[in-house]
Order: sequence, then structure tokens, then C-alpha cells
Amino acid sequence: MDFLRPASWEEALAAKAAHPTAVPIAGGTDVMVEINFDHRRPEYLLDLNRIGELDDWEVGEESVRLGASVPYSAIMDNLRGELPGLALASHTVASPQIRNRGGVGGNLGTASPAGDAHPALLAAGAEVEAESVRGSRLIPIDAFYTGVKRNALAPDELIRAVHIKKADGPQQYSKVGTRNAMVIAVCAFGLALHPATRTVRTGIGSAAPTPVRAKAAEEFLNAALEEGGFWDNGKIITPSVAKQFAELCSGACNPIDDVRGTASYRRHAVGIMARRTLTWTWESYRGTAARTEGVA
Amino acid sequence: MRVSFTVNGRPQEADDVWEGESLLYVLRERMGLPGSKNACEQGECGSCTVRLDNVPVCSCLVAAGQVEGRDVVTVEGLADFAKQREQHGGCASEASGASAGPGACGTPLDAAKRWEARPSDSQTGEGAELAPIQQAFIDAGAVQCGFCTPGLLVAADEMLERNPTPTDADIREALSGNLCRCTGYEKIMDAVRLAAARQGEAV
Repeated sequence: MDFLRPASWEEALAAKAAHPTAVPIAGGTDVMVEINFDHRRPEYLLDLNRIGELDDWEVGEESVRLGASVPYSAIMDNLRGELPGLALASHTVASPQIRNRGGVGGNLGTASPAGDAHPALLAAGAEVEAESVRGSRLIPIDAFYTGVKRNALAPDELIRAVHIKKADGPQQYSKVGTRNAMVIAVCAFGLALHPATRTVRTGIGSAAPTPVRAKAAEEFLNAALEEGGFWDNGKIITPSVAKQFAELCSGACNPIDDVRGTASYRRHAVGIMARRTLTWTWESYRGTAARTEGVA
Repeated sequence: MRVSFTVNGRPQEADDVWEGESLLYVLRERMGLPGSKNACEQGECGSCTVRLDNVPVCSCLVAAGQVEGRDVVTVEGLADFAKQREQHGGCASEASGASAGPGACGTPLDAAKRWEARPSDSQTGEGAELAPIQQAFIDAGAVQCGFCTPGLLVAADEMLERNPTPTDADIREALSGNLCRCTGYEKIMDAVRLAAARQGEAV
């Protein structure tokens, strides 16, 4: 095994081009487990810890450019306002020790269907900034996950950053596990209200071969909210609408039975989380709406 | 490969390090510092917790090559680390690298290897080089088999540095990455509350 230690991003891209089989390591919270258990013996480890810019983020007009190695703890501490869904998801990651090392770039690189960040990214709307010596490109998050632990990266590409839409409305995140800390999700659900475009976006984790959006559920809910004038009148969402939305979210799952839970449990739990996160975010939206309208 | 980094305030080197080796392995097997414990090797149990550039991390998940030039504090150096923090508000790594004479920052490797908690002095703490959090663990009876203790000490000490007046929820959150299969955590909670109270009295 060789340990490659590039001092700059350009050097890292050159190293990845020269050794496409090199495994990038940043927080190490996935890669080191595989090495410790002898599940993986990469020919090259490509250490990204020296590249300081990967730990930086920039808050822009419409989105946050989040460096690939920004640890979950920094997202929780600094970006709760801009990225509330991702900050909530970050808080459910493992433990403080892991959150101090792991980041969204690694979650995307591993592309496990159980990665905690994915539902939040899908719900908020995001693009992955991938780069190689050939150039840089933005991959829409919907096109990024291509299979179980597979993603759209080319062998010579590295993840530089993730561009995540700044929240324009309430966001929520929910995760099912046996305890609060140190659990891989049995399943997870992210939901974001986008009042600016009058749309709702979702993300489902651990209930299909890849993280997915519940698109049919989103379309149904968008139409129902529009039709009922809910965005303007701020009324409570009709229970039958919430129920139908939850059922469609369950239907978007394609889960398996495994040690953490059964497929039918996952479908059921995703429906419950969909209804709850919709209620939580809508209550929050109604609160905001009432405040901006005043108390006349 | 060779890896050079600061351990408990003193520069150290390890040779013939395998590229896939963890920081935990280097500390225990190459530097003779077995205080950080090896249990799950997958970041689940926290018994290998050390501070890397002041941040608590699982040393089993840090590749040895990643710590080149960086600062590591292990449980063996915790007493000195806490003392220096109290006296000078911390021990800058630049200063510690410059000199290694008596009174310098940090814990020499030989001393770290020989470090023990000297339980005979547990009632008074007299003569024993203990960090306040270590004394509190002994006084509260928070140690049973002791395997999880080093990780808990490093994690709890870091939390008290950041948050001198933690609520029970803060303590639980800060220690949520450290598993203990003996105590049921109640005495550990007591110990951290005790250390926080003593820290408050001292100010």
C-alpha cells in the first residue's frame, strides 16, 4: 500500500489521475473501518487532510458551497440557519468523535443508502462539485446515486464540494434507530418546504438501493397544496392529504429485510416519518406566515 | 513509512509504520502507550478516544499518515495537559516542540509509559498526578473494569473545557460515543457532575 499525501488540491487531482484506484481518505470513518477489518486493501490511500480548502464553506446568495471535508460538527455549529435539514441530519450521525471527523464528501463518496446526509441533500436540493485534471462539473444530486454504494463519479474524479440550496422555508429530518447515538439508520426521511417555488421536496434513506426522492408523493402534495390555496391561507393540511402523502412516500420505498429491520417495517416507518415531518414543517410555516402577516 | 507528530506535548517519531495502520496502533504498539484502548476498531465504542489538534476523535479511525506534523493528547498525558491548561490556559504546540527541559510543556514518553493513577492516594489526591476528571472518576466510583475509562476521561475532559457548567443532557451527548458495559453510566454521570462542580468552586 502507498500513502499519498498531496499538499494541495491540484496535487490531489494529479495523484488521482495517475492512480485512479487510489481511495480518498478524509475523516476516515468509513475507509479505516474497512481497512481495520481487512475488507479492503487499497493499493493507494489518498489523504485529503492537508488540503485546508476542503474544510471551508462559503455562504452565497442562493446556496452554500460546502467543502467536502467540513465535519458534521461544524455544520451543526455554523450552518443551522442556512441548512437546517442537513444540520439536523448531521446531529444524528454516530457520536461527537465521529462528527468531528466525518463530512458530507465522505458520505457522498461512500454513497451508502444509509448515509445520514443524503435525505437532507435530496430534500434541500444540491449539486455535487466533482473535479479531475480534465475539469470540473456539477452533478445534480438526483443523478448522483447510481446504485448500492455506487455514484456518478468517474475514476479520476474527486469531490471538491457540495452546493446546497439555502433553506427558503422550514426543513425537517427524521431517523429510525435503536437509540439516539451510534446507530446506522433503519430508515430516514428528510423534508423541505420551498415556499418560494411553492414546492415540497423529500429524501428517503435506507429504504431503497440508493437514497431516493418520493417524487409521486411530492407531485401529489404540490398539487393538493396549490389547489387548496394552502400556501396563502396557511390552513392546517387536511388529514386525508397528509395520509395520502404518507402512503405515496411508503410506496416510493424499495427496501430489503436485513439485520436492522424488515422491508415492511421500513415502508411503514417511512410513511409515519413523512406524515410527521410534513406536520412539523407545516406548523412551522404557518407560524412564520402568521408572523409576517401581523395580528390585524 | 516514518510518521512524526507531537504526543502529549513532545515530538515523537514512529518508523516502519504500515500505510494502512491506525493512529491507535501506532500509539499502543509502536510508542508503548496502551492507555488508549483497542476494542471495536470501527468507531462505535470510543475507548480509543484521543485529542487530535485538540478535537476528540476515535484514534482507530485516523490513518497514521494523517497525523504527520499534528498534535495528539492521550490519556497518559491528560494530567499534565489539564495542569498546563489551568496554569497557562493551555500548552501551545510551538512552545512544546522547542524545548523538552524540566518544566516544559507536555509529558515525556518515558513518563507517559510509566504513568499510573496511584489509587492509594485516591482519597486525598496527594502525590498523585491526576487530572481533576480522573480524581472525580475515582471519588465517584465511576470505574469498574476500567476498559472504557480512558476514552471517557478524554471525552469528558474536553467537554468540561468547552462547557464548564454542563446540563445532564450536555454530559450525555458529549459521552454518547463512549460505551461502558459495567456501570450503567450513573456513576460516570456523577463523576462528571462532580468534576464540573469542583471546577466551578475553584474559579
